[in-house]
Amino acid sequence: MALHTDRRYEEQLAHLRQLILEMGGLVERQIGDATASLASSDRQLAERTIERDHQVNRYDVDIDEECLRLLALHQPAAKDLRLITTSLKITTDLERVGDMAVNICERAIDLSETPAPLQVDLPRMADTVRKMLRESLDAFVREDADLALSVCKEDDTIDAMHAQMFADLIGRMTRDPSVVVVGTAHLFVSKYLERIADHATNIAEMVIFMVKGKSIRHLSVPASI
Amino acid sequence: MLKLQRDGSSHNGDAAAAPRVKIEARSVDFFYGATQALHGVSLAAGVCQVTALIGPSGCGKSTFLRLINRMNDLIPGIRLQGQILLDGDDIYDPGVDVVDLRRRVGMVFQRSNPFPKSIYENVAYGPRVHGVRDKATLDGIVESTLRRAALWDEVKDRLGSSALSLSGGQQQRLCIARALAVEPEVLLMDEPASALDPLATAKIEELIHELKESYTIIIVTHNMQQAARVSDMTAYFYLGRLVEFGATATIFTNPSRQETEDYITGRFG
Repeated sequence: MALHTDRRYEEQLAHLRQLILEMGGLVERQIGDATASLASSDRQLAERTIERDHQVNRYDVDIDEECLRLLALHQPAAKDLRLITTSLKITTDLERVGDMAVNICERAIDLSETPAPLQVDLPRMADTVRKMLRESLDAFVREDADLALSVCKEDDTIDAMHAQMFADLIGRMTRDPSVVVVGTAHLFVSKYLERIADHATNIAEMVIFMVKGKSIRHLSVPASI
Repeated sequence: MLKLQRDGSSHNGDAAAAPRVKIEARSVDFFYGATQALHGVSLAAGVCQVTALIGPSGCGKSTFLRLINRMNDLIPGIRLQGQILLDGDDIYDPGVDVVDLRRRVGMVFQRSNPFPKSIYENVAYGPRVHGVRDKATLDGIVESTLRRAALWDEVKDRLGSSALSLSGGQQQRLCIARALAVEPEVLLMDEPASALDPLATAKIEELIHELKESYTIIIVTHNMQQAARVSDMTAYFYLGRLVEFGATATIFTNPSRQETEDYITGRFG
């Protein structure tokens, strides 16, 4: 696509994309650190991660302001308009993902005093969720609707993992009530991860709208786009 | 002289779900001497709809607009191929009464051009030319027309004052009233707000919104946001060709053609 006649506008749109990427990178790290703190019972890491959430919130506010400024000053149309409205929604999803990372850290702190933590396969689920988030943001940067669609399809995998985790933990808690507190905390974490996957899916759907001008939200995921 | 078939339903506000076609261009080629200004333009403007013509300077949009009430007729060396239909009748048919055509297809220009007469006389002029003589009837037309042009409350106490004493925005609304006074069915507007301040522009846009319930409106504008705000359909012209024509909401959010996208997002030239 040709460059804007107004180069300053072009630079401002590029800056907006950059801010989204920086926020996405930070949020991805928050999820990584949150799940690591849980896996290694590292209370300090969990506390540092919670402390960093204000940076995520700062990006949320800054990106909103940047979008409003672009809308007010340039009255964008077509693809530019879709980029800016998509950015407004993506930043809301990323901010919520940041909050989920904080929630995971809070559970990690609760569990850090537990002498014998349950052995559960949360790291595999966490890796898949982080991959989904990373790919949804890659799709945003590369304007790659196909990659975004593959993220949407991946959501079913996470839903299945969560269902499996739920059944497994309920079974273990039923058999051994002494693990109810720990098991419930893990159930929450599994739910947080499942919600993060939903947010990554939202982002991917918005990327498809941005690239193709076609909304697939609240519909069954199409085979191709 | 052959009078074009009149369809009384056009300004009765019959906003049907799928608007009936009022103006239709079919494969219009237009030449100024050896220079071809329009290439195979085909589009249809519906009743009770605003159709915006956009595109860079020299793209042919004003030429096309002026063809709809034969304003280009007096330019030497012009040539038209194809057809422009009003309610299905070719307006370039040799038997068409051009005065009657221009009564049915009114025009408002970029710069307001009131006659150097009173406000009242500006509005009454057209009906008089068309044979209305009765003072009470003329008074009624002047009031109802000025009301329709959203100007009555501002001028009702000084109808005898010179039209030139009005502000630019008021003069433009007076020109719209003047066009409406002869009860046209189609209103052509050539950048009607380009010389006005934002408030006067907003009043014109509000007026267009109200008028479209009764008229077919075709507007040329360089202001993208104005086109997006006031029109139902948008036609993008470039180098004398109609590049894309579609619902305004689609053109400004998700156009099909890259050239349209580049123009409306400012990636042009």
